[in-house]
Amino acid sequence: MRNIWTIASREYKHYFISPIAYVVAFLFLATVGIIFALTILNANDSALYYPSAPDASSVTGPMAFLLLLTSPALTMRLLADEQRMGTMELLLTAPLRDWELVLGKWLGAFLFIATLAGVSLIFPLILDILIDPGIDKGVLFVGYLGVLLVAAAMLGLGVGISAMFSNQVAAFFVSLVIFVIMWWLIGVPASLLPNGGEVFRYLDMASHFYESMIIGVINLADIVYYLSLTALGLFTGTIAVEIRRWR
Amino acid sequence: MIRVEGLTKDYGSRRAINALTFEAQQGEVLGFLGPNGAGKTTTMRILTGYMPASSGRATVAGYDVMEESLEVRRRVGYLPETVPLYTDMTVFDYLKFMANLRHLPDAEARIDETLELVGMADRAGGYIGKLSKGMRQRVGLAQALLHRPEVLILDEPTIGLDPGQVVEVRNLIRDVGRERTVLLSTHILSEAQQICDRVLIINKGEIVAEDTPSNLQMGLEGATRLLVRINGDTAALLEKLGELEGVQTAKPGAEKGEIELNLATREEIRPEIARAVVSGGFDLLELRPIGMSLEDIFLQLTRDNSAGGKSKE
Ligand SMILES: Nc1ncnc2c1ncn2[C@@H]1O[C@H](COP(=O)(O)OP(=O)(O)OP(=O)(O)O)[C@@H](O)[C@H]1O
Ligand SMILES: [Mg+2]
Repeated sequence: MRNIWTIASREYKHYFISPIAYVVAFLFLATVGIIFALTILNANDSALYYPSAPDASSVTGPMAFLLLLTSPALTMRLLADEQRMGTMELLLTAPLRDWELVLGKWLGAFLFIATLAGVSLIFPLILDILIDPGIDKGVLFVGYLGVLLVAAAMLGLGVGISAMFSNQVAAFFVSLVIFVIMWWLIGVPASLLPNGGEVFRYLDMASHFYESMIIGVINLADIVYYLSLTALGLFTGTIAVEIRRWR
Repeated sequence: MIRVEGLTKDYGSRRAINALTFEAQQGEVLGFLGPNGAGKTTTMRILTGYMPASSGRATVAGYDVMEESLEVRRRVGYLPETVPLYTDMTVFDYLKFMANLRHLPDAEARIDETLELVGMADRAGGYIGKLSKGMRQRVGLAQALLHRPEVLILDEPTIGLDPGQVVEVRNLIRDVGRERTVLLSTHILSEAQQICDRVLIINKGEIVAEDTPSNLQMGLEGATRLLVRINGDTAALLEKLGELEGVQTAKPGAEKGEIELNLATREEIRPEIARAVVSGGFDLLELRPIGMSLEDIFLQLTRDNSAGGKSKE
């Protein structure tokens, strides 16, 4: 546990001196803010007291999507750069298990995203003040839980991919391509195939969020789905580090 | 402390080390000498738990490097060939990170102490990226010494240091080596001579010689050489000495009045030589055995081995 924390806190601190992390933070918060502002303005035009007044989904919706673009930028260097700089030799000869290293890296990135998500809470809070009698706290809570689950899964896969490369740009693009496939394309066969399409629907990364959690619905299946992806990514990363040793 | 038996490592089809067997005791500094590509780094990487061997066994501080890798890693300090540093961290933060990974109590006191030891105390707050190569080397060394390991494995520790630092680091290694076990690799023969209790010469993945530096120097093949110095011209004496029984060759030495004799025997024939000089009417000023330099031995061993080995290229 202590080792995981040592690795994670170094990574977390590193984000605050990294230009890429600032770009990510800016993109993330600015985009969410702009979309949020537009939503409010539109709502003002029509009717604030209309039954479908804006809720937290106007924040969590764009956020989940933005993770697709930003998480590869946060994970790309995590293990790839250790390999490039030669510090992998330091970590792999320190009294630290391979999975602790991988999990620590993931935790550092996850805490950074969690921090951004925490900052973004300011938007739902504003909404809560603007709307009478306030926003639906259930939707808010489940929506943010969903965002964190999507982040966990993407960062997990990203760390796993980063472990396979010593070039962070390669790690970035491979992660991005895989996320694009899992977000948009993997669900397509579900509607084309006459039967057996269920598997593809289940694998679709977006639907587990946009069909349930964003509107405040908790399904165990969705939670299991994102946690499995996280575990898969971390497992892949650990195996990749172990394979490194054999080469 | 370090025990290696039949250690072999293949990279794909290329054999990097072949059935290495050696030991290093507590309180011993063992030098690993060999030309580029001999397999020094490979051996050290196996001993530090970085990579597994293809076959063979190795124990470090009593633990098997493959079965009990974590126990080994806790007890070993390792300075890799390419010093692994985070250039965006300060010296202190970097060592703090390593101290945390090693669960060191009183980490800050340890760090100060260790920085003092490697002469970097005044740069603790500086960014590693802004340090010179030699300073980085010393930070790497500090990282290896931080937890006062039982076994210290150093891959070319003095490379990139200025002469003053080289002396200091060598003294440091010798001090550390009094109670602990040190395995260090080097290309610098005089360095091995100065700080190692024992030297392993390794070439193409095999050990070609193993001894104390002085024994190695005193003539590996048993054939000894003598230096004869007389007062006057040596030309007339050369032929006479060359014909003596037990003398293989006689040639002029480096300086005026010197003759170098290569002996074909290990028996004591200095009295005969002295008599021959004196009876020839020369004044004998000096007659002493000269060892081969470690350089000569190294070159000879690594050359012989490649000539004697399987045909290559
Ligand atoms: N990662 C690797 N993959 C494939 N071959 C390797 C690898 N590392 C080393 N080798 C090969 O193994 C052999 C031994 O290399 P090693 O680095 O152990 O030599 P060395 O004695 O440390 O040399 P140097 O004095 O140059 O540091 C060389 O032939 C080298 O090409
Ligand atoms: Mg080497």
